[in-house]
Amino acid sequence: MAELSGTAAPAAGPRRRRQWPAEINVLIGLVVIALIFEVLGWLQPMWRSDIAAQSFLWNSQRLSIIIGQVAITGIIAVGVTQVIITGGIDLSSGSVVGATAMIAMSFAQVAMVNGNPNPKAIFGPELMDLPAIVPALVAVACGAIAGMINGALIAYTQIPPFIATLGMMVTARGVANWYSHGNPISFPTQAYTVFGSGLHPVLIFVALAVLFHLALRFTLYGTRTYAIGSNPEAARISGIKVERHLMLVYSIAGALAGVAALVLTSKNLTAQAGMGVMYELDAIAMAVIGGVSLSGGRGSIVGTVLGALIFGVITSGFTFLGIDAYYQQIIKGAIIVVAVIADVARQKRRARQA
Amino acid sequence: MSDIILETRGLTKRYGGVHALEDANFTLQAGEHIAVVGDNGAGKSTFVRQITGVEQRTAGKVWFDGNEVDFAGPIEAREHGIETVFQNLALADDLDVPSNLFLGRELIRFNLGPFSILDRKAMRERTQDALTRTAVKIPNLSNTIRHMSGGQRQCVAIARAASFASKLIIMDEPTAALGVQETAQVENIIRGLKDRGIPLILISHNLRQVFDLVDRIVVFRRGRIVASLRRDETDGNDVVAYITGVKGAEAGAYA
Repeated sequence: MAELSGTAAPAAGPRRRRQWPAEINVLIGLVVIALIFEVLGWLQPMWRSDIAAQSFLWNSQRLSIIIGQVAITGIIAVGVTQVIITGGIDLSSGSVVGATAMIAMSFAQVAMVNGNPNPKAIFGPELMDLPAIVPALVAVACGAIAGMINGALIAYTQIPPFIATLGMMVTARGVANWYSHGNPISFPTQAYTVFGSGLHPVLIFVALAVLFHLALRFTLYGTRTYAIGSNPEAARISGIKVERHLMLVYSIAGALAGVAALVLTSKNLTAQAGMGVMYELDAIAMAVIGGVSLSGGRGSIVGTVLGALIFGVITSGFTFLGIDAYYQQIIKGAIIVVAVIADVARQKRRARQA
Repeated sequence: MSDIILETRGLTKRYGGVHALEDANFTLQAGEHIAVVGDNGAGKSTFVRQITGVEQRTAGKVWFDGNEVDFAGPIEAREHGIETVFQNLALADDLDVPSNLFLGRELIRFNLGPFSILDRKAMRERTQDALTRTAVKIPNLSNTIRHMSGGQRQCVAIARAASFASKLIIMDEPTAALGVQETAQVENIIRGLKDRGIPLILISHNLRQVFDLVDRIVVFRRGRIVASLRRDETDGNDVVAYITGVKGAEAGAYA
């Protein structure tokens, strides 16, 4: 019997070697893009007389700016990555950031500003000067509720995730505008500003990325998330409660959007109804550039973090070269499309192999 | 050898006015391998779907392992020891072999609800054992299913069924999409199940395979069981005659 099964093995010969993790390609992309900017940095004086030759990478200030810039959208991307792995999408994160920012900030206000009552006050004095943990929990809870509504709609009404979260995108933005009739909410307590100060956004981003990387890699949660994304029917037949799990994943994505709102308002010292516009697309782009497949089942937080860094390097690199912000958007859009084309090509190649 | 593992009496399924399955009386003895054959639409898959609880029967009774059962779904059937290898395999392409083998019944190191820590090492070892036992050779267990050939995938699906099924395995055309070598490998696995005394219901269109592997052949035609033939008392022509309705038009109930 052993001999016979042995005869089937040669057919598998070419696929015998260990798989090449997709993250390696993303890492190579990151390094290549960074090196291009490095070279251009040294060549710059050839076409710009006002600037001396300088290194792009050998500059700790620039590196910390790169990471700082992507930290907030990166937090969202950690959640969006998990949603995309289930085969879904979340278009609502930017709007959820807006709504959550307003609601959380309203619980973070000080009663007195320079001896006068807070001119932007939302609540009476009894809900002011609260410990920072209160608005923090409010932010996470608001985000999680929005996400849970997304998840419930998708799991139990079977409408496509695209539509469910598009609805939430519009609704949550409406909530953000309605909450204070379009007025900004400002003057947070000193304690509240801690979440967004200095390197804290980066630390929060990294901590959450590590946490959910571990969850996806080593827990039941991860297996179920990947299983649902690669074959929902198989997951169901195997006894996975698909509906409940989808609600959990979307709730987590919402909660992470809430954390992003917390960090953003804490950093900016104000909340505005327009906050977070287009963040969902940046977050999705980070995931897609990081090799997370839009058809579900494939991708990782590591990839998304690398994708976020590519995003940051490009933004920073363009500024470094003095290229206009308009071109940045055009190029970013092109990079997203190229990343998806690469993913589709990769799948076709695999389909041919199988 | 006379313990009855599975018995159905008067099993009937109608979809609206369509009589997909009529009054099926069927028994399966301990350790017995039975083939279910018949034309497309003869009721083979319908029969299996009623037993495994994928669909709810219109009428009739099912006994499994000595008890009358009424499975609400395939998961309940599985909990009772019936494993099904589905035609579409029901594997998660992006997971590796151990994760697929243990999908839905993962081994846990620390229980933290949905965030319970997986015991990957134990799952890997038990997967290795299960594959060795079923004589399945997979070059690298940590590769995802997506990277495997059709035969390897089928082997993983069968190994999964074989390693958990304590009492009965049902296979719905396990070799339909496979090449010659891969079919041989799957058939070998089935012989291994026979040696281990695990009962099997095999749905197949391949009469050569059926005569090679099973003890008894049950023929379905137009929703009814028209024959139950011992392999050594029949031949291909006989079976085909029943499948096409040349014989057995007066079909009654078979025990």
